[in-house]
Amino acid sequence: MFESLGLLPTFPLLGFLTLFLAGGFLPRRMIGLIGAGSIGLSFLVALSIVMPFLSGDSEEVRHVVYTWLSVGNFESTFGLYLDGLTVVMILVITGVGFLIHLYSTGFMIDDPSFSRFFAIMNLFVASMLILVIADNLLLLYLGWEGVGLCSYLLIGFWYTDPENGYAARKAFVTTRVGDTSMAIGLFLLFTQLGTLDIQSLLVFAQDRWDIGSGFAIAATLLLLGGAVGKSAQLPLQTWLPDAMAGPTPISALIHAATMVTAGVYLIARMHPLFELAPNVQLLVALIGLATLLIAGFTAMTQHDIKRILAYSTISQIGYMFLGLGVGAWSASIFHLMTHAFFKALLFLGAGTVILSLHHEHDIFKMGGKWRQLPVAFASFMIGSLALAAFPFTSGYFSKDEILIGALAVEGVGLWLWLGGVVGAFFTGIYSFRLVFVVFFGESRGHHDEGEVTGLAMALPLFVLMVLALLGGFIHIPVDNVFSHGAALGAAHEEHSVSTFMHAVMIVVPLLGIGVSYLFYCAGVFSVSSLMKLPLAKTLHSFWYSGWGFDCLYKLLFISPFLWLSKVNRRDVVDTFYAGIVVLSVFGNAVSVRSQSGLLRWYILSIVIGIVLLVSLGAFL
Amino acid sequence: MDTIPFEHGLLLASALFALGLVGVTTRRNIVFVLMSLEIMLNATGLVFVVGSSKWGHADGQIMFLMILTLAAAEVAVGLALIIQLYRRFKTVDIDVLSQLKG
Repeated sequence: MFESLGLLPTFPLLGFLTLFLAGGFLPRRMIGLIGAGSIGLSFLVALSIVMPFLSGDSEEVRHVVYTWLSVGNFESTFGLYLDGLTVVMILVITGVGFLIHLYSTGFMIDDPSFSRFFAIMNLFVASMLILVIADNLLLLYLGWEGVGLCSYLLIGFWYTDPENGYAARKAFVTTRVGDTSMAIGLFLLFTQLGTLDIQSLLVFAQDRWDIGSGFAIAATLLLLGGAVGKSAQLPLQTWLPDAMAGPTPISALIHAATMVTAGVYLIARMHPLFELAPNVQLLVALIGLATLLIAGFTAMTQHDIKRILAYSTISQIGYMFLGLGVGAWSASIFHLMTHAFFKALLFLGAGTVILSLHHEHDIFKMGGKWRQLPVAFASFMIGSLALAAFPFTSGYFSKDEILIGALAVEGVGLWLWLGGVVGAFFTGIYSFRLVFVVFFGESRGHHDEGEVTGLAMALPLFVLMVLALLGGFIHIPVDNVFSHGAALGAAHEEHSVSTFMHAVMIVVPLLGIGVSYLFYCAGVFSVSSLMKLPLAKTLHSFWYSGWGFDCLYKLLFISPFLWLSKVNRRDVVDTFYAGIVVLSVFGNAVSVRSQSGLLRWYILSIVIGIVLLVSLGAFL
Repeated sequence: MDTIPFEHGLLLASALFALGLVGVTTRRNIVFVLMSLEIMLNATGLVFVVGSSKWGHADGQIMFLMILTLAAAEVAVGLALIIQLYRRFKTVDIDVLSQLKG
C-alpha cells in the first residue's frame, strides 16, 4: 500500500508539465484548478499513506521506484523512504502548500503570468517532496537543487524590474556557495563510506568513525555549509531579505514555510553523523544563536512589512538550528512545523495587507488598519502571538522545548538558553511592533481601501489561524527516528527545569510585547526622541543594514571580483589559444607562398621530394 | 658477338632521364616540356629493355611495348590539350599559364 509514495511528487510534476506546456491556452479558472488541485491530490495521497503508517507498527517504509543510475559499483535508485520525520515533512509541505496554492488562486488572479506562477509553484512542491522522501543523498540533492531553481525563478517572477532579477541572482549565487560545499560533502561521504544511501551510510559511519574523528568533522562541516546556505543562517543569510522581491505567496511557501527549512531537515536526517562530531554540533548551536540574535535586532529596525517577516524567519530558523545543535532534534522539527503554520499565516496576512493597500510595503504608511482589514488583523494577531511564543499558542510549545533542550547541555547550556531567551524578548518586540504600527494608532495613509478577500484567500487564513493556535497540541511521530539518542534524551527529561526558568520563558516574550506596546501604541516612549541620541542612531543604521553583512561581502567578494574581471578583461588564460590561432595563420601564409602556379616549380619540388625519399631509403 | 655491357645501358638510360628532367624543369615552352617528358619515358623504357636482355627474360620487352603505347596515348592527349591552351590563351609559355595558383 506504500507504493503510492511515488504518487506524492507525481501529481505536482504532472501539474507543472500541463501548465508549462499548455498553460497559455487554458482559462484562468482551469489553471487555478490544476495548480491548486494537484497539490490537493498530493495532500490526499499523503494522508492515505500517513494514516496506515501511523496506525501500523513499522518504523520505516522503503519503496524503490526504479534504478536511477548505475555506474561501476555505484548505484543510485529512485528510492523513497518514509519514517516519522518524513511524515511530518510531507504533511507540512503538501498541507501548508495546498493552503498557499489555494490562497494564490485569489492573490495572483490578475497577474498576466498566472500559469507560469502555478507551473513553477508545482515544480517547487514536487522538488521539495523529492527532497524529503529521498532515501539516498543523490536524490535528495536533486530535490535540493530543484527547490533552489524554483526559488530563483520565483524571486525573479516579476522579471521586468531589474531589481528583482538582481535579488534572484543574489539568492541563487549565495545558496550556490552552500550547495557546492554540500556536493563536496557528498563526494567525501561516498569515497569514504562507498554509498550514498542515507540509512546504510549512517550505519557505516557509526561503525567506522570514532566520535570526533577527522572525517566525521569534515563531512558534517560540509553538510552544515549546505544547510546554512539553504536555511539562510550566518554567514550566508543575506539572500533571504532580498528574496522578498517575489510575490507574497512565494515568500510564504518557499522563503518561510518549506524550502528554507530544508537545511534543518538535512541536519535532522543526518543527525547520527552530527552526533559523531560534537564540536560541529556545538557550532550548529552557536550559528543558530548568533543568527537568531542578529536577525532579531535587524527585524526591529525594518520598515518593509515583508522584510520584517523575512528577518523573523531567519531568526526562527536560528532557533531550529539552536535546537539541532543542542541535540533537541524533535523539538527542532516541532518548531519547524509550528513555524510553517504561523509564518505562512503571517505572510499570507501580509499578502492581504499588501494587496488591499495597492502594493504598499512600508508599515509606517499604514496604521489603524484593524477596522479596515479585519481578516488580516486576525491573522497577524494570532500569527504574532504564536511567533512571540505567547503561552499555549503553537510557538510557545516548540520554542519552550528548544530552550529546555539548550539548558540541558553541559557547560555552555545556560548561555545558549540565555541567548535564546533574549532572542525571544526581541521576537516579542518586533512581532508586535509590526502589529501595533500597522493595525493600531492613527491611520497614516490608504484610508479608503477595503480588504481584498474572497473564499479562496480567506479560507487558508482561517485554517492556518486554527493551526497556529492549536498546532502546539499536535504530537509529531518522530520519537522512533531520534530514538537511538533516547538514553541521552531521557537524561534531558530528568534534568529538572525549575519553575523559575519556566516563568522566565513565559514572561520574557510578554515583556517584549509590553515594551513594544509602550513604544508603538501607548506612546509612553517615542522612537524619534530615542533617535536623537547619536549612539542610538548609529546602532539603528547598523542594525537596519542587517549588521553590515551586505557591505562586508561587497567589500570582501564583489569588489575584488569586479576589479579582477576588469583587469582581466583580455582573459590571460586565452592567450595560449590565441597563440595557436596566430601560429596556424602564419603556417597558412607560408604554405600559400609555395603555391605559385608555376608548373616548373611544382615539378622541381616533386623531384626533390623523390630524391630525398629515395636517398633516405638507400641510406636507411 | 660482343654484347654491350649492362652498366653502359644503365648509364645511357640515366643520362637520358637526367636530360629529360632538366628539359622539363627549365623549358618554358610547353611543347618542349612534352618532348622532354617523352625522353624521360623512353629512358625508363630503355632500362626495361636492358634489364630483360641481361636476365634473358621477355617481361621487360613487353613492358616496353606497354610504355610505348602509353606514350602514344599521352602524346595524343597532351598535344590536344596544348592546342586548346594555345587557342584559349594565345601562348605556350607555362609560366604565363599560372591561373590555378592559390
